[in-house]
Amino acid sequence: MTFWNDPVNFIGQWLQSVLVSWGVAPDVAQIILLVLGAGILGVLGLVWVIFLIWYERKIIGRMQDRLGPNRVGPWGLFQPFADMFKIFTKEYITPDGADVVPYNLAPVLAVAGTLMIWGVIPFASTIFGADISVGVLFIIAAGAIGELGILFAGWGSNNKYALLGAFRSVAQLISYEIPMVITLLIPVMFSGSLSLQTIVQSQSLWYVLLAPVPALIFLITQIAEVGRAPFDLIEAESEIVAGFNIEYSGLKFGMFFVAEFLHAFTAALLFAVFFLGGWRGPFAEQFPLLGFVYLWIKTFAVYWFTVMIRGTVPRFRIDQMMDINWKMLTPLALVMVLVTAVVHALVRPIGSPVVSLVALLVANLVMLVITLQFIRNSARARRRPMVAPSTVVVARPEPQPTQSNPE
Amino acid sequence: MTIQQVFFLAVAAITLFAAVMVVSTRRIMHAALWLILALFGVAVSFALLETGFFAVVQVVVYIGAIAILIIFAVMLTRQVFLDVGPQLNRGWWIPAVLVAGLYAALVGVLSTWSGFQTQAAALPEAASDLSQFGLALVDVNAYAVPFEVASVLLLGALVGAIFVASDRKGVER
Amino acid sequence: MIPLSWYLIFAAALFCIGLFGVMARKNAVAILMGVELMLNAVNINLLAFWRYLYAPDFAGWTFVAIVLVAAAAETAVGLALIISVYRRRSTVVVDDLSLMKG
Repeated sequence: MTFWNDPVNFIGQWLQSVLVSWGVAPDVAQIILLVLGAGILGVLGLVWVIFLIWYERKIIGRMQDRLGPNRVGPWGLFQPFADMFKIFTKEYITPDGADVVPYNLAPVLAVAGTLMIWGVIPFASTIFGADISVGVLFIIAAGAIGELGILFAGWGSNNKYALLGAFRSVAQLISYEIPMVITLLIPVMFSGSLSLQTIVQSQSLWYVLLAPVPALIFLITQIAEVGRAPFDLIEAESEIVAGFNIEYSGLKFGMFFVAEFLHAFTAALLFAVFFLGGWRGPFAEQFPLLGFVYLWIKTFAVYWFTVMIRGTVPRFRIDQMMDINWKMLTPLALVMVLVTAVVHALVRPIGSPVVSLVALLVANLVMLVITLQFIRNSARARRRPMVAPSTVVVARPEPQPTQSNPE
Repeated sequence: MTIQQVFFLAVAAITLFAAVMVVSTRRIMHAALWLILALFGVAVSFALLETGFFAVVQVVVYIGAIAILIIFAVMLTRQVFLDVGPQLNRGWWIPAVLVAGLYAALVGVLSTWSGFQTQAAALPEAASDLSQFGLALVDVNAYAVPFEVASVLLLGALVGAIFVASDRKGVER
Repeated sequence: MIPLSWYLIFAAALFCIGLFGVMARKNAVAILMGVELMLNAVNINLLAFWRYLYAPDFAGWTFVAIVLVAAAAETAVGLALIISVYRRRSTVVVDDLSLMKG
């Protein structure tokens, strides 16, 4: 085992031997190393956010015909540091009558909910935090922690607008968790395992080719889970003051900000792991660091795509947001799981990857056409009253204001 | 005492303290927050029993769904966010005595049982294989019937909850 | 290593605390929280017995899974009932909900 094959274990064993030579008991040294590894991973994740902020501001700036940050450092690369120092020096304000423990715990939980996911992501064939057998469930559980942070923030602030914002956020997050979990069943079904490492290893064909429609649903739900445009109505900067984080200032507010950016990147990372083959690529097995590079390239492609969506698609209203989830994504995800399971079970005995690829692609295409037809019909039914309001049944009748009887 | 034992005792103490706070704190919202801590403690004790699957499921189901639902219910069922007056019944000491007696009786009965001090054997490899559990759940000779009953129960609860909580027009006002 | 008795004593204590909450609390939501504690105690017991006495067999797991499902169903329906009651009577204190009392 050399450094290039297995860098994490190589450094780990070296540190272990150093610690043991200092007279530390081996199992205590193991615990120290685990805590150290978790700390390093968390710090790297948080530092990575600094770069993400710059990257995203640059792309959004270009899309809006601006230059983006360009004053501090080369290409404005040090702008996030300047912002960071500004936010460090701001005053902490704890609102009157705040529930202190939930109020202060909320930013921590918000970041932890995202950072927990990094612990189970396989960055390369030998670089990963922990390969637990219930990795997919763990990711869903981490999402629950993030929701808890938002509820704590809303409750602890002692502010009715914060509370309303928290309710709206959590309603959105819980709703979009349902199609997300359902679509996650498909990679689990293909690979026969809940462990992320096994899911990556079994993707000799990327699952986005075998299940394009579920992949699209997963991407949409991930954007909604992050709460970015077009699903950013929970803290729409141009419409309302802020959402659940209205009472936060200084670094505590910064933590929510960091959590959002990190979550956006983690969403792209998860998409790459579940549907784009993770670290797989040519020679990735022999040179794990190459796998890491592949994963990062794939993740950045997905991340760039989500930033493009953020820059182009207009914001949904709250009823549209709920309609999209409950009337389209959830039923479609359920049907897709059924269709994929049946087709997969039918073509698997043939044993040819080409046949299963073609069969699954055709099934997905058929489902996509049917869905589009449904959307078209419902949109047409909704449009028609504009032309002839009196004759046609309205798809969704507005409640008529009760008029006092003229007689 | 091994590290594991100390860890278990700490987790149990935190969980029980949180549970006591759940049933005794005056502000109902704080009770909900303590409940979350208690549920976390139970999840950790599941992990100590080497059932990582149920530890994670506990977090997903209880903290991700049930606790958040309870917080929603707490907030939806009040006009002012103040809990005035006592939150316990007048004769709260009667259940306290009853429960203490029940606890003493339970521990007393259990301590006479021969298997009380059983030590755990090493967990066989097959016991942590989730796919085996999944197969057992859909196997007609194993647990397919309870599994189906559970899904029917969930469906019934889903429909029932929507029906009961829906704001039907004409019922009120 | 941890003997089985520790888990059983822990679960019994949790169950008794939950039972006290169910009997002594006024607020219906708080009573539901007590029920949740009791169900969790039951789950600890089931998993402890499974781990120490019946390890490779999945019967214990199935029980726990069904208890989880029942808990989810019970919470959903219970909270729906509480919200429905609150809408009509503007209270969730169980002492005030005595319409059925003879």
